Amino acid sequence: MKLPAPRGPLGASLTDLLVHPPRDTDDVDDAVLSRWRDAATVADPVTDDDVQLTLWTLYALHYRGFEGVDDAWEWDPDLLRLRRVLENAFEAALRHQVPAPTATAAEREAVAAALFAMTAPAPGPSVARYVSRSADATQAEEFLIHRSLYTLMEADPHTWAVPRLSGAPKAALVEVQADEYGGGRPDRMHSALFARTMRGAGLVDEYGYYVDRLPAVTIAALNLMSLFGLHRRWRGAIAGHLAAFEMTSSLPNRLYGDGFRRLGHDAGTTDYFDEHVEADAVHEQIAGRDLAGRLAEQEPELVGDILFGAAACLYLDELVGRHLLDAWSAGTSSLRAA
Amino acid sequence: MTGHAPQPATIEACPNGPLLVRGDVELVDSDGNPIERRRRTVALCRCGTSAIAPFCDGSHKAIGFVTPS
Ligand code: FES
Repeated sequence: MKLPAPRGPLGASLTDLLVHPPRDTDDVDDAVLSRWRDAATVADPVTDDDVQLTLWTLYALHYRGFEGVDDAWEWDPDLLRLRRVLENAFEAALRHQVPAPTATAAEREAVAAALFAMTAPAPGPSVARYVSRSADATQAEEFLIHRSLYTLMEADPHTWAVPRLSGAPKAALVEVQADEYGGGRPDRMHSALFARTMRGAGLVDEYGYYVDRLPAVTIAALNLMSLFGLHRRWRGAIAGHLAAFEMTSSLPNRLYGDGFRRLGHDAGTTDYFDEHVEADAVHEQIAGRDLAGRLAEQEPELVGDILFGAAACLYLDELVGRHLLDAWSAGTSSLRAA
Repeated sequence: MTGHAPQPATIEACPNGPLLVRGDVELVDSDGNPIERRRRTVALCRCGTSAIAPFCDGSHKAIGFVTPS
């Protein structure tokens, strides 16, 4: 993957560092850090292009990295300091904006019931309904491009949590992830099924290919998962995030499949969506009851984080959905200009 | 699924939702023909509204299915 085009001073400053190998001498002194702090002090870090794209770039070093960027940057202390500046801004904004869920007993079925209540299907406009009934070929393509940022690496951010858990919640997470990764069959990995959908729609299936076209909200939705996944202190939130993600998947995926069939796509292209109808009806039970529910029983002090992780997932999902529907109802593209 | 050690079957009744089936169970239709099982753990519909029966597709949530407790 190529480095994305910077969208502001944070991205420009990071790109300046990444083009050469890390040095033993500190590149980042207090002056640089304070410039970053200033640049990260924006009205809304969740929807700020420079903050979100730069954070995504830093996280990407922990996944597949970039062409021409030295792998040693991943654990460079300077970059970790910079990452913390952005994460602090992002976290503070989330704490402020995400509606606080109601408290729940640290008991398996109570936590699962609270998560199912938060994610209950709601009537009204949604991206899934729009794609199923009204989207034209261009909008369907845009939808896939938004999805591709996460889905071409589907499941990876939640996998960070495996070594942070033990016992029943760990077994539950592994059970879900094993299915996400195709149960031992590379061609059935969900990311591989989505790559086929991209190709079927005439799009490029290479990870990160479209990042320059994506707005901050779409990037923020993935950064949220990396934030929760990469920090052990957020293990409750990543569990809640996965539960909410799975619980809002089966029914919409049926509609996405219907939409792509309506537009004339073949079974290979819709397979990803159809697979998720069945798979996520299983995963939502395991993630809600055995992962999140059991984790709450093991570590009762995490209940608040579990519910916060779910609420943050729904909040970002809603922001992305609104962005798409607003653009489409205004007759404009939901993507940035090429 | 093949290639995994024998696992005793368990069927878990999920509150207000499907039956979660794990382990070595053969699923057959009313004529006794095997129903393909595409994952190790499957969810069987018990609300009667799934579009992919016998598997659950989450429709129980849309109809507000409630199991007696
Ligand atoms: S139990 Fe889930 S669709 Fe019937």
